[in-house]
Amino acid sequence: MSHISIKNISFGYTKKIVLSGINLDIASGEIITLLGPNGCGKSTLIKLMLGLHRPGEGNICLDGVDISRLGSKTIARAIAYVPQIHRSYFPYTVMDIVLMGRIPHKTFFYRYSKEDINIAHDAMERLSISHLAERPYTELSGGERQLAVVARAIAQGARTLIMDEPATGLDYGNQLCLLEEIIRLSQEGYTFIKSTHSPEHALWVADRAIMIKNGTIMADGKCDQIINSENLFHLYNARVNVMWVNNAFQICVPHAVSDCEQSSNGTDRKKAFVIHDRSQDLTQ
Amino acid sequence: MKRSLLFPVLLIVLIVTAVFSMTLGKYPLPLSDITGFFLYKILGVGSIDPEQHSLLGNLLMDIRFPRILAAILIGASLSVSGAAFQAMFVNPLVSPGLLGVLAGASFGAALGMVFSKSWVAVQICTLLFGFVAVLIAVGIAKIHKGNTILLLVLGGVISGALFTSFLSIIKYIADPYNQLPAIVQWLMGGLSMVDRKLLVITGIPQVLSIILITLFSGYLNALSMGDEQARALGIPVELVRTLLIFLATVMSALTVVIAGMIAWVGLIIPHVARMFVGPDNKVLIPASALIGAIYLIVVDDVSRMLFNVEIPIGITTSLIGIPFFAIMLKKAKRGWG
Repeated sequence: MSHISIKNISFGYTKKIVLSGINLDIASGEIITLLGPNGCGKSTLIKLMLGLHRPGEGNICLDGVDISRLGSKTIARAIAYVPQIHRSYFPYTVMDIVLMGRIPHKTFFYRYSKEDINIAHDAMERLSISHLAERPYTELSGGERQLAVVARAIAQGARTLIMDEPATGLDYGNQLCLLEEIIRLSQEGYTFIKSTHSPEHALWVADRAIMIKNGTIMADGKCDQIINSENLFHLYNARVNVMWVNNAFQICVPHAVSDCEQSSNGTDRKKAFVIHDRSQDLTQ
Repeated sequence: MKRSLLFPVLLIVLIVTAVFSMTLGKYPLPLSDITGFFLYKILGVGSIDPEQHSLLGNLLMDIRFPRILAAILIGASLSVSGAAFQAMFVNPLVSPGLLGVLAGASFGAALGMVFSKSWVAVQICTLLFGFVAVLIAVGIAKIHKGNTILLLVLGGVISGALFTSFLSIIKYIADPYNQLPAIVQWLMGGLSMVDRKLLVITGIPQVLSIILITLFSGYLNALSMGDEQARALGIPVELVRTLLIFLATVMSALTVVIAGMIAWVGLIIPHVARMFVGPDNKVLIPASALIGAIYLIVVDDVSRMLFNVEIPIGITTSLIGIPFFAIMLKKAKRGWG
């Protein structure tokens, strides 16, 4: 039985249909990357999986149970949300933030127990951010803030983390750091569903990519099979070569850059850039 | 300061401030008279000359005690609803009047003063229009789809502006010799109209609201991370927010019923409290209540004592609050990064 199973869902805000006819089966322990242009419905799909929106048609099952029949706290104990890096206006300590992960295990008037505090410490330990415990969240770097929110997800006890563009806004080093933590946690059995604007992130860490265009699934499969020039052109209207390096991993290089390497002798690369006429693409 | 020490210390400061304020007034009373009176009154210890007893009874029980109690209730109510609003609207610059409750209540009070001779009618009218204003703000947010927090803020701006204009209409049609000065003075705020009966009627819902908001303060932490994160943590955001807005409206509207418009307290005190205890609402809410109570007692003392004539307390809270806020910004800003 698949962990999360999405059957034929459609969803729209008032008039506009955002998603239609989506079918997905997600197994435990998978790392899944959602790819697609701005406004394609990625974030909406994420909110549906978190139970924040109800699908207009179809249903979403969590371990075989329709999530519309589950309480929000039950969902929260299984699925955690890691949003795009966000600014807090209140200087909560990292400990405060991580402890919020215990809320789904509590009644409305709660006090944190010794056990909750230990769980929070463990979660910070696993992400190597224990030294930040008493630092105000507002003074952290973007990468540290994202790690704190991932630690909160761990403290929440959720085995599935749904991330909406978690690396957007992070500097290069912090992006890699976050991706490494995702790989490490997935080896411990955590399931990840994350959206990104960088196909390379999918090639580096994900097992499976799902390409969404105009509210439907355009392609769904292993990353090295479906992340190719043709699909990226259809998805983003971008001309990109996906190349194997040492027969071990793949990278994406824009045509403008890869073509110019073929055509220039390396002395005057700027002039050799091949800029395509995008006005033709737009009419397609 | 250690958290375990904080509340006992604040409580002692509150009691000392309250007792000290009882000695202040046109007719200064030595502390020994006050303690003697209360010892006699409550425990039956000692003896007091009957004439002295009736004078002290009148001064303390009918005038000063109700007034100080009102300051405590109003200071705590405004501070707690301010702190709750700041968390739930994810914005440290929000004050209890955000959804138009103060504008609505002021209009209600003015309307009552012009069209009714009965003070009870004025008070009911004040409370009623405080609620009407918030309902309009919430209604505007409900009929549009989108970012709920933003829509609520916009709804509050619209509703507040609407009732401010209505208030202008009332001022315009009011009799300029009697009613208009009464309205203007009432809106500047003052604790001189307080009596014990009114305090019992308004105090019970205010204290209950403070207790309930304190019970929900853990959820306020999650709400202050934004709606989506709060919902993903399993919190029924709409339900909790509606309840908290209701409680904050009860508290704020009742402060206008007791003492007219008192500005700035609900914005500043949560900041001061945050400087002492940090942003955790489980500690911040009760700390705001105590600090707000202490602050308003002191400000009322200043209003009463500074000049021969009493200054409206709304003016004093603004005059003390604004420079204080300007100085404090530097420190408070740290948390807004």
